[in-house]
Amino acid sequence: MSDTQRYHVLDRAPFNLASYLLRWESILVMLLVAVIIINTAISPYFLDIYNLSDATFNFSEKAIIALAMALLIITREIDLSVAANIAVCSLVMGLLSQMGYGTPILVMAGLAVGATAGAANGALVTKFRLPSIVVTIGTMSLFRGIAQVVLGDQALTKYPSALTSFGQGYIWPGVPIPNSFALFLILACMFGFVLHRTVIGRQIFAIGHNPTAARFSGIKVEKTRFWLFVLTGLMAGLAAVLLTGRIGSTRPNIALGWELEIVTMVILGGISIAGGTGTILGLVLSVFILGLTIFGLSLVNIPGIEIAILIGLLLIISIAIPIMTAKWRGRT
Amino acid sequence: MKALAKNREVLLGFIVAAIVLAVGIRAPVFLTGESLVNVITDTCFLFMLTLAQMAIILTRGIDLSLAANLALTGMAVALVSRAMPEVPLGLIILLAIVIGAALGSINGALVAYVGIPPIVVTLGTLAIFRGLIFLLAGGQWLTSKDMSEAFLSFPHANLLGVPSLIWIAGLVIAAFWILYRQTQFGRGLYAIGGNPVAARYCGINIPRQQFIVYTIAGAVSGLCGYLWVARYGIAFVDNAQGYELTIIAACVIGGVSIAGGIGTVSGALLGALFLGVIVNALPVINVSPFWQMLISGFVILAAVIVNARSERPIGKLILASARKLERKA
Repeated sequence: MSDTQRYHVLDRAPFNLASYLLRWESILVMLLVAVIIINTAISPYFLDIYNLSDATFNFSEKAIIALAMALLIITREIDLSVAANIAVCSLVMGLLSQMGYGTPILVMAGLAVGATAGAANGALVTKFRLPSIVVTIGTMSLFRGIAQVVLGDQALTKYPSALTSFGQGYIWPGVPIPNSFALFLILACMFGFVLHRTVIGRQIFAIGHNPTAARFSGIKVEKTRFWLFVLTGLMAGLAAVLLTGRIGSTRPNIALGWELEIVTMVILGGISIAGGTGTILGLVLSVFILGLTIFGLSLVNIPGIEIAILIGLLLIISIAIPIMTAKWRGRT
Repeated sequence: MKALAKNREVLLGFIVAAIVLAVGIRAPVFLTGESLVNVITDTCFLFMLTLAQMAIILTRGIDLSLAANLALTGMAVALVSRAMPEVPLGLIILLAIVIGAALGSINGALVAYVGIPPIVVTLGTLAIFRGLIFLLAGGQWLTSKDMSEAFLSFPHANLLGVPSLIWIAGLVIAAFWILYRQTQFGRGLYAIGGNPVAARYCGINIPRQQFIVYTIAGAVSGLCGYLWVARYGIAFVDNAQGYELTIIAACVIGGVSIAGGIGTVSGALLGALFLGVIVNALPVINVSPFWQMLISGFVILAAVIVNARSERPIGKLILASARKLERKA
C-alpha cells in the first residue's frame, strides 16, 4: 500500500453475480419454482386460488412459531417444547371456555400461558446455564404431561363460535386469504424488519456468531436469549389460539410432533443450527416449499408418511450440497 | 461417606431403591421376584439403547433416529419372517443387526464424512426411516399371526430361569462396558467429547470414530427392533414412536452430559432403570399412566440441574491432589 492511499473498508461487498446466484435464498427460489412447476404438471387442481388458500391452513400455525424459533436458533439455542406448549395453552383455553369465559379472555389466556411457558424455558436455560436442548426436552415432557394428566383420554370441545370462526375464517368475506396466513405474513415482515434492519437484529446475529465477543461488546447475551424464549413461547400461544379455533377441540396429543417439523422448516430456510447465520426471507421461502410440496403431493393422493421421506431427503441433501461444494472448492 | 453422597451414581441408585421400596410398601406385590424381573425385562430395550445413545452423545453428537431405525428394522425382519417362515432365528437376528448397522452407518457417513450437524442428519433420517416402514409394508400392520412361532417365542424364552431378553441385554451391557472402559476406542470417545482439538492432536481419527459409533448404535437399534416386534407381536409405522426422546432422557438422568465427554455405563443404566421403574410402578399403585410424562419431565429437569452443578469444576481438575487442594481452599 502506498503512502498516498488511505486505509479504507468497503461499506458493502462489491457486487458479484456468482455470489448472488449461489446465495441460499436464490437456491430456495429455484427450488420453489421447481416445486410449483412439478405440482402444476402433475395435478390440474394445484394452481387453483381457493385450493392454495386452503393449503395455507396446514402450515401457517407452524410457520408462525418457526419465525421465533429462527431467532432462537440464530443465537445458538433451540426450543423443542413448542408443540407441548401448544397443548398446555389449548388446555387452559379449553378449561376457561368450559367455565363460560368469552373469546377475548381465551385469546389472552392462550398467549399468556405460552409466554409464561417460554419464560420458564428461558429462566432454566439462562439462570441455571443449562443446555437448551435438554431443558426443552424436559419441559416438553412436563407440558405434555400436564395436558395428559388433566385431560386423560378426554377432549374439550366446547368453544365459543367467535374463536372457531377466527381460526377457520378469512380476513374478508370473499377474499381467499385465511386469518392465520395473513397473520403469518404480517409477522414475517415484522420479524424480517427487526432481524435485518434494527440494532436488536444485529445483536442477535452477534450473539450467534460469538457469544463471548458479543458480551464484550456490551450486548446482554443471556437477557436477549431469555426474551427470545419468551417470544417463542408467545408465538406458540398464538399458534395454539389459531389451532384450537381451527379444529375446535383440545386433546392431549394436539400438535404432536410439530417441534421437529418446525425445526425442519427453520433449517431448510438456511438458518444454521450452529448459530449466527440465516434470513427471514430464507425461512419464508422454505415454509412455502414445504407447504406446497406437501399440498401438491397430497392432491395426487400420496400419503403423508411417504411425503415425510421426501422432506427428510430434501433436508439432508439441501444441507449437504453447500457443505460439499465448499469442501470441493477448498480442495481445488 | 461425604464422597459417597457426592457420587451421582450412588445417589441415583438410592433414589431408585427408595422408589422401589416406597411402591413396595403401598403395594407389596411390586416387591415379588416375578414383578421385579418383569420390570427389568421391560427396561431391557432402554438399557441397550441408552448405552448406544451415550456413545454418540459422548462425541458431542445426538441420534434422533434410533427409535425409527428400531421400527424400520423390526418391520423388515417381520416381513422376512412372514415371507419365509423357515428362515432360522439366528439368521433373523443377524439380519436385524446388519440392517440396523447399515441404517446407522448412513447417519455416520453424513455426520463424519460430509460434516452435517448430527441433529440435522438424524432429524432427516428419522422422517425417512418412518416413511420407509410405510413403503415397505404398504401401510399394513403385521401382527403375531404373520410371524413364525420361533420368531415370536424367543424373547419370552427362559434360560436358567432368566428371560432371554435379559441375557441379551446383559451381553450388550457387558460389551459396552468393555468398549468404554477397556478399549482405546472407547477412551477416544471421551477424548473427542472432552476436547476435539486435543483429541485430534493425540492422533485420534475423529471421523472414523464417529462413523463407527453411529454404526454401532444402529446395530443395537436393529437388534432391539427384532426383539421389540417379537416381544410385543406387532410391527407398524408408529412402533416406538417418540422413544428417541425417552432414550435421551435416560442418558440425561444418568448424568451423561449433552456437551460431550462425560458419562458412565452405571449412570446411564441407572437413568434407564429409573424411567423403567416409574413406568412399571405407576399402575401398581393405581396412579394413572398419564402421570408418567409429567414425572419424567420433572426428573429430567432436576437431573440436568444437578448434573450441571457437578460437571463444572471437576472437568478441569484431573489430578486427585489438585482436587484435594481445591477442597481445602
